[in-house]
Formats: sequence, C-alpha cells, structure tokens
Amino acid sequence: MAGFFDIKARKDAAAAASSSKAPTTKQETPRTQPWVEKYRPKTLSDVTAQDHTITVLQRTLQASNLPHMLYYGPPGTGKTSTILALAKQLYGPDLMRTRVLELNASDERGISIVREKVKDFARSQLSNPPAGPAGVEYRKKYPVPPFKIIILDEADSMTQDAQSALRRTMETYSKITRFCLVCNYVTRIIDPLASRCSKFRFKALDSVNAAKRLEEIAGNEGVMMEKGVTDALVRVSEGDLRKAITFLQSAARLVGATQAASGKVKEGDAMDVDGESGATVTVAIIEEISGVIPDDTISRLQSAMQPGKKTSRYSSVANVVTDMVADGWSAAQVVSQLYEKVLYDETIPDLQKAKITMIFSEVDKRLVDGADEHLAILDLSLRVADVFAEE
Amino acid sequence: MALLVDKHRPRSLDTLSYHPALSARLRALAQSSDFPHLLIYGPSGAGKKTRTTALLKELYGPGVEKIKIDARTFQTTSNRKLDFTIVASVYHLEITPSDVGHTHDRVVIQHLLKEIAQTQQLDALARHRFKVVVVNEADHLSRDAQAALRRTMEKYSPNLRLILLANTTSNIIAPIRSRTLLIRVPAPSVEEIAQVLTSICARESWTPIPALHARIAVDSGRNLRRALLMYEAVRAQHEVVTADTPIAPPDWEALVGVVAREIVAERSAACILRVRAKLYDLLVHCIPPTVVLKTLTWALVGLLEEGGDDGVKGEVVRWSAFYEHRIRLGSKHIFHLEAFVAKFMRIQESYLMGMDLDF
Repeated sequence: MAGFFDIKARKDAAAAASSSKAPTTKQETPRTQPWVEKYRPKTLSDVTAQDHTITVLQRTLQASNLPHMLYYGPPGTGKTSTILALAKQLYGPDLMRTRVLELNASDERGISIVREKVKDFARSQLSNPPAGPAGVEYRKKYPVPPFKIIILDEADSMTQDAQSALRRTMETYSKITRFCLVCNYVTRIIDPLASRCSKFRFKALDSVNAAKRLEEIAGNEGVMMEKGVTDALVRVSEGDLRKAITFLQSAARLVGATQAASGKVKEGDAMDVDGESGATVTVAIIEEISGVIPDDTISRLQSAMQPGKKTSRYSSVANVVTDMVADGWSAAQVVSQLYEKVLYDETIPDLQKAKITMIFSEVDKRLVDGADEHLAILDLSLRVADVFAEE
Repeated sequence: MALLVDKHRPRSLDTLSYHPALSARLRALAQSSDFPHLLIYGPSGAGKKTRTTALLKELYGPGVEKIKIDARTFQTTSNRKLDFTIVASVYHLEITPSDVGHTHDRVVIQHLLKEIAQTQQLDALARHRFKVVVVNEADHLSRDAQAALRRTMEKYSPNLRLILLANTTSNIIAPIRSRTLLIRVPAPSVEEIAQVLTSICARESWTPIPALHARIAVDSGRNLRRALLMYEAVRAQHEVVTADTPIAPPDWEALVGVVAREIVAERSAACILRVRAKLYDLLVHCIPPTVVLKTLTWALVGLLEEGGDDGVKGEVVRWSAFYEHRIRLGSKHIFHLEAFVAKFMRIQESYLMGMDLDF
C-alpha cells in the first residue's frame, strides 16, 4: 500500500501486467484472425494487381505530398487496404492513431458528425514524433508529412447533406488535412466532392493475379487444395479477392475441423492437423459454401424448359421450381446462373436471346424490389420456356 | 400443454433428425477454435432456428438455455424513442431488428452491436471469448443496416460473432455475403417429414399411421413446422384417427379455395364484388397479401389442371408474379388482389372463347 503514491512503481507494475497479458492475446490472435485481416497488405507494394494506382501513390510517397483522393471500384479490389497501407507507410505505427481518422458506415455519419467530429479532427493540431534522437530515428523510417488523413470508408452510403457539409471543410483545412473517400459507386458521390479529389479507379482483379495471391496464402496456411480449386475460387468470387480468401478460409476450416472431429484429435490442433494429414479442399466444398447451385440442378431446370411434349411442360417446370425453392436456393443465384447458361448457349438464336434477356431484366428488378421468390422463378422459367417454344 | 412443435424440438446437435452431414459440419465448426460468422438460410420450417439453438448449446453448453427477455430503449437522431426487445443469455443474444421497422433498424444495429462488441465475455470460464449475436430475419434488414454491419463484423471479430438467419440470400448485400460462411438448410424431404411424425408418435405413445403421415407430409409442402401443427390439429379434432381421416386445411386456406372455385365457375362483375368481400375478410384477419395471392394462384392452377392447357397456366403465373410485385410496391393491397382476379377472369374467358384478346 505504501507504493500507492509511488508512480514509478505503479508504472512498472502496469507494464508487468500488460506484458504478461500481451503474449497470451498474441498467441490467440493469429489463429482466430480472419485471413482477410491477416493478409491485408502491409505496404503499398504488397497490394495485388493495381499497378497503375500503386505507381502513382509510390511517387506521392516520396514527394510527401498528397492530393485529396477518391478511390472507387468493385468490392474486394483493395481500396481500403491501399489507403491503410499508405497511411501506415507515411506515419508508422506510433502516429497512426493521432494522424488518421477512419470512419465507415458502421459509425454514425449524419450531418452532425461531419460538422463536429470530422471538423474537429480536421482542424486539430498535428501530432509529432517524440522529440530527441528517437524522433529523428522515427523520421528516418517514416516520412511523416505535415498533414493528417481522414478516411471516409464506404462513402457512397453517406447522405447527400453530409457530403455537402464536407465541401468547405475539405478546402478550409487542406493545409493540414487530406481526405480520402472510398466507395463502390462513384456516381453516388456528389459532383462538388468528386471534383475536389483526384480519382483512382480500382479494377476487378484478373484471374491470374487473384490465383497467385490465393495460392500464396494457401501455401502459408498449409492448406492442401485439389486441382482446380483456385480456378473455382476465382470463378465464384468474380474478381472479389476478399470473397475468395474468405471462401478459402471457410473451406479450410470445414475440412480441417471435420478431419479433426472424425480423427478424434483434440480440439485446437485442427489447424496443424490439416497440414499434416493432407485433408484437401475440393471444388465441391467451395461451391457449397459459396452458395452456387450445382450444375445438374440448373440443367434439370433447363431441360424441363425445353419444348417437347407440350402438355406436360407446365407441370414439369413447376415441379423442378418447387423443389429448388424447398431446397433453399436463392432466387438471385438461380437468375444469374440460368442467365449465364442461356446466354452462352450457342444453339439459341439471337432473336430469342434478346427476348429472354428482357424477361431476365424484369424478373431481376422484381427480386430487388423484394417480390416473392417462388412466383418470380416460376414466372421466369415459364416465360423463357415460352420463348424456346416459339420458333 | 406445449405444442408438439415446441415439445419435441431437438435441443442438441445429436438429436437433430435429418441432414446428418450438416449437423456434423456444425459440430466440427463449434469445436474448432475459430468460429466464423454464419449466414444460415433456407425456406421456413426447414429447421434453421432449431439448428442455431443446438449449435449455441454445442458452443457454450447448457448455459445458453437460461434466457431472459430484456426491453431496451434506443434513441434515434431525430430524438424518437424506439422500444426493442432482446432475448439474451450470458453467452449470446438474439435480436430481430426488423421489429423496429425499415427506417430505424440501422440505429439498433449500430448502437447495440457496438456496445456488445466493446464489452468482453464476463464469464471467465466460458469456452469462447466471443459472444454470439443471432440476428433473425436478416433478409428484412434495410440496406443501411447491412452496410452498418460490414466493418463491425471485421473490426470487432475478437469479441463478437454473428449468426444471421434468413429465408433467402437475395436481399443480403454482397459485402455481407462475402464476410460470412454460407450455410444452406434445405427443407426436409417428404419421407423425412413422415419419419419425424412416426418418431413423435412413438414418443407420445400414439399408434403410428404411415398412410396419414405420408399425406400430411405431402400436404405440408415440405414445411416441418406446418406438418407438425397439422398433425396436432388432426389428432385434436378427431377422437379416432385412421388413415383416411380428412386433414382439415386452415380456415383461411379453405376460404381461398372457395374464392378460386367461384372465380373459375363464374366470370362476371357481380362475382368480383362477392369475391372482394372474401378477400377483404382475409386481409382483415392479417393474412399477408402475398400469401393470399400465392395460395390463390396455386389453387387456380390446380383447378385448371383438368383443362390442361399450358398457355393459360403460364399466363396465370405470369400475372400473379406481376401483381405480387405490385403488392410490394403499392400501399393498398386489395387493389392488386382484385386486379389479379379480374385479370384471371379475362384470361380464362378469352381462352374459352378461343379468341386472342390482347392483354
């Protein structure tokens, strides 16, 4: 108790407590961490396949000047990763907290927040690296340019009002603050904001780069993969690397976990086990967890739609559709897969395809509006079948 | 006395009666050290909720069955108070954000999840460090609420796991789908339902009647909950139950059947008026308009069976889908139901006259 006022002793105790605690958490994190976070690029050069953007940013890194930026592109292409990596390289770990403000759709971002939180942060003083030799050392490692960065992630879900409130703020404090807006749809950002930023488009990942990255991760994690799994992953994820990585991790978990459970290995060893015993991830597992409908189900629907014995067409289509709905396949998935099937079918004449596309667009709109799935799929398949029967 | 549905609901993964592969997979997930966010989807009555509760029990042991109901109040930015009910145990909590309506579910998601995510597991002896939040009717969440989930799921993953329950993945935005492990729960097959009914007979010490079970299974449309309720109704209504005991449809279904027969029999303005009163009756008794329209469509198509012309049936389904969409968009349901009835009469008439009136 005598030591209560002894600040130094308390500090030591606190340090001891935290250091004894730290290793345990550290031990746990790598296993429980999603691979998406674990393999988030640490530096700009790690970012996969956005060469153009990265070269431009590398140059700004050396010049230590930065414009306001607007990143846009489909999900899973590395927008958030890029800005986080850039910030890390600019400020280093110690200053990240004070120099970078990250706001996303999970935070309240109404007009009041823009007025208060963002503005307060934008006009606050710059924090500096510690004085003395340590600071000099720190500056050697990281450029620490004289401005802060405000990252507005998922900016397309901000209201118009909130966006307009940003306009003046961006200009007034541009001496000490840079904004980086990240969004999927550049059209949802109001023009005055977009014109204040230099825009970077992130394109969907091409299959070669995505496959390379996936194999790298699989290699690091010791996941055995059947041949063709990377292709399947790339196919089902449609250029979304995050989705592909999540699928890979889920598949590895399922395989590893089932293996561990069936082999009566103690829990917790699951991750090490799948490396050794060679449980492999198969294409079927990938398709199952990604919610893709197996090919033969779709073919069954397609063959039911073909004109044949005219009397039974309704009932055969209706039966297949009822089964599909009861099996829980989602209508959006049915629509997109059937669409691909029909469009790439060479035997269907162009005129029919044009008509079919019209039907698809209508049904898709209905589904987005929340229409009933059973009726929508049945309607779709019957009408497509009608088009087939026309000739 | 509890209903059959509740009384015989399986409480653990071992007692689940069908989809053994899925149960094995869930058990494996629960035992592995890293448990992902889940999105469980499937038609209603397939057993999503039962599997979730069983999974929670597997995760934390019997402690999850001690639940309490908690009423909370949230304040929106416009200072409106929202009352919200949470079902919670020490380890998990269960919310239905669509209760507070489409415009405010975001507030609940933002406040509640963050609050939970920022507190650690209280029970030091708990098997897992994280808490589980079960979100019911996730497909009814608004876009904003789903967007709010996105980063929360990544940022707070050490303390929080989500289990989203949905009927379909169509309305779930892609970023959420890519962050969760999708688990599909298909509806049980007709045979599986019959088996479940037989096993319940054994437990209730009733004599099993396979023929009746098979009929109920077919009638239920592969919905186990419905099958059980129907079975219970049959048992309650009749002293002696045999293989040919009629299965009485629910009142509203019977009424829809009457409507369908009337429309097919008579096509006139007077008939529309008569039908209108019945449709209103259904709506007043809180039968969702979509359900009315769907049941009516199946009934009509069934009645057309004898005629056996594909063209008419296709046409009926087409307009049914059209008016169902209208019901979603519009605000006055009866208009669209009536419009469908009128449309059907016209289709039927023009077909019988052998003329192609343009629609």
